[in-house]
Amino acid sequence: MSSRDHILREVRRSLPADAPLPSLDRQWTRYDDPHAQFFDVLRGVGGAGRIVTGEPQLREEIDRVIAAIGAKQICSVISEAAAGNVDIAAIDDPHALASVDLAILPGELAVAENAAVWVNAARVRQRVAYFLSQHVILVVPYDRIVSNMHEAYAGLQLSADGYSPFGETTWGTFMSGPSKTADIEQALVIGAHGARSLHVFFTKP
Amino acid sequence: MPTQDHPAAANAFVADDAHAHWHDQALWFIRAKRDKCAHGLAEWEELRELAAQIKQHTVAHLGDYLEQFERNATRLGAVVHWARDAAEHNAIILRLLQERRVRRMVKSKSMLTEECGLNPFLEQHGIEVTDTDLGEWIVQLRHEHPSHIVLPAIHIKKEDVGELFHRELGTAKGATDPAYLTEAARHRLREKFLAAEAGLTGVNFGIAETGGFVVCTNEGNSDLGTSLPPIHIASMGIEKLVPRLDDMAVFLRLLARSATGQPITAYSTHYHGPRPGCELHIVLVDNGRTTLLASEEFRNSLRCIRCGACLNTCPVYRRSGGHSYGVSVAGPIGSIVNPSRDPATHRSLPFACTLCGSCADVCPVKIDLPNQLLTWRQRIAELGLLKPSKRRLMHFAGAVLSRPLLYNVAGGVGRAALRWAPRWLVYNRFNPWGRQREMPLPPKETFRQWHSRQSRDDKPSSS
Repeated sequence: MSSRDHILREVRRSLPADAPLPSLDRQWTRYDDPHAQFFDVLRGVGGAGRIVTGEPQLREEIDRVIAAIGAKQICSVISEAAAGNVDIAAIDDPHALASVDLAILPGELAVAENAAVWVNAARVRQRVAYFLSQHVILVVPYDRIVSNMHEAYAGLQLSADGYSPFGETTWGTFMSGPSKTADIEQALVIGAHGARSLHVFFTKP
Repeated sequence: MPTQDHPAAANAFVADDAHAHWHDQALWFIRAKRDKCAHGLAEWEELRELAAQIKQHTVAHLGDYLEQFERNATRLGAVVHWARDAAEHNAIILRLLQERRVRRMVKSKSMLTEECGLNPFLEQHGIEVTDTDLGEWIVQLRHEHPSHIVLPAIHIKKEDVGELFHRELGTAKGATDPAYLTEAARHRLREKFLAAEAGLTGVNFGIAETGGFVVCTNEGNSDLGTSLPPIHIASMGIEKLVPRLDDMAVFLRLLARSATGQPITAYSTHYHGPRPGCELHIVLVDNGRTTLLASEEFRNSLRCIRCGACLNTCPVYRRSGGHSYGVSVAGPIGSIVNPSRDPATHRSLPFACTLCGSCADVCPVKIDLPNQLLTWRQRIAELGLLKPSKRRLMHFAGAVLSRPLLYNVAGGVGRAALRWAPRWLVYNRFNPWGRQREMPLPPKETFRQWHSRQSRDDKPSSS
């Protein structure tokens, strides 16, 4: 007998009595001002950001970040935000992104309760850009925010344009703040393996 | 495997009083952070109840959900393997790596691979395995095992990390600044990520309805390890499933809040099939889980999502350290799941517990840990596995407690002895309680004496 059949037989031999699968359709906490809640939590997890109106203001904010970190190699997928000098669309081997200082990337959906931003491979050919770049900026449309994780999963499955991130072979991450560790005596250090800093800009037209 | 005696192993840990105290306080601080996070969410208790119900349901339909997961994962392009035990798990992974001539693999945190002893097995076959979670890498460099399922290096002092990194990475001698040491590790581990030919991760949750799975980290190490090399291997216990994608909302809201008091981990990555042109292998592992499932008394522990909250709150864990348990999963949950694998080896673990019940109060999936620990003690006695000293003591206590006259006499002798006996008679090797503590001064009067005096005194006034 194969291990698969053996395990399944053992599992089925000793199943406990049935228990119903509960409905998750409840009144979950919602926020009157989800952006304020988002930034409040984001600051708590070591991130930064703000709401910007119009492309000039977005560019201004991003230039400020570039100057502050002294970024030289910049990979931008948001052309209206910054031009960048690393063209991710032309890169076949993800290792080629090892020297990127700053990546300016799209965020698909923000969650107010935990400052998480859903990112996926829809517009970023090499997902490693989110993790290998020294610093990351996420640009999220102003109205792409929900209060809690329940709304987030509902939103991901039924996005307005009919795109479903789970309907095809794909990948996605909830990113909340920069990379961090407290593995040495519980002292919090920002920038363990992934991004040393994470900025989130919500863009209003 | 030799019997691991928790109290004996804990001696080494408590010998360094200052560090044991630090360990206790550090974990209690995380417990406090967890409380703050939990209380900040109005629906916290509702989430715990839902999580328990979802897991209960999943376990009751585990066969169907495993098949559904396999079907959907395969449809997405992953290859699903099944392993009955640790040896088969390790053999599958070795074969996958050898067929592709992989010599260097990066690994992100997976307690399952610790459970299976994967690292030494692969190293024997000439494959370099690098644990990339900072804490796990530190314990790997020290040739140790994690002492905590979420905080692998919580038992190590920064001076020792500084010394280790000076030797291994050439950091400045005597440097102990965590930011400086982490930066040094970042540089070395980036080289490992970029040179890796395969990446291995654990699995926090498998989703039956989509065939995908979720891996949570704060460092981003699993993401680097699975976004650079062309092969991703995921080791997953068969109990890790949830039925629906929507269930992830409940579990991601609970996991990091329970584990470290964070609203969510920095990275919660959902894998649905391989990267274009790459490979994804999922190894589903039993290794004793179906034995646990067959046990009506202990199967609830299959709900566990390995958040570590029961370790952080446990007064025995905090004061004895993870290595005292001699297992990959320590603490209250480990004291349940390990004896079910091997009761003789782990017979002391259910006794490493004060039955205070704190673990059940914080468990996000509502496992009745103290009940299970108490039940394990009874099983261990029934199996004849009690230590002789404990067995004799229990016989003696049983004899005295079941005979009122003997109990009265023994009580009188005890009270007199504590008051009048010379110190050496009370504080000796037969009284481990008195090793670090003074015995209480016995009261002048017993409860019995007090009670009969009260009823005597009360009678005239009440009539």
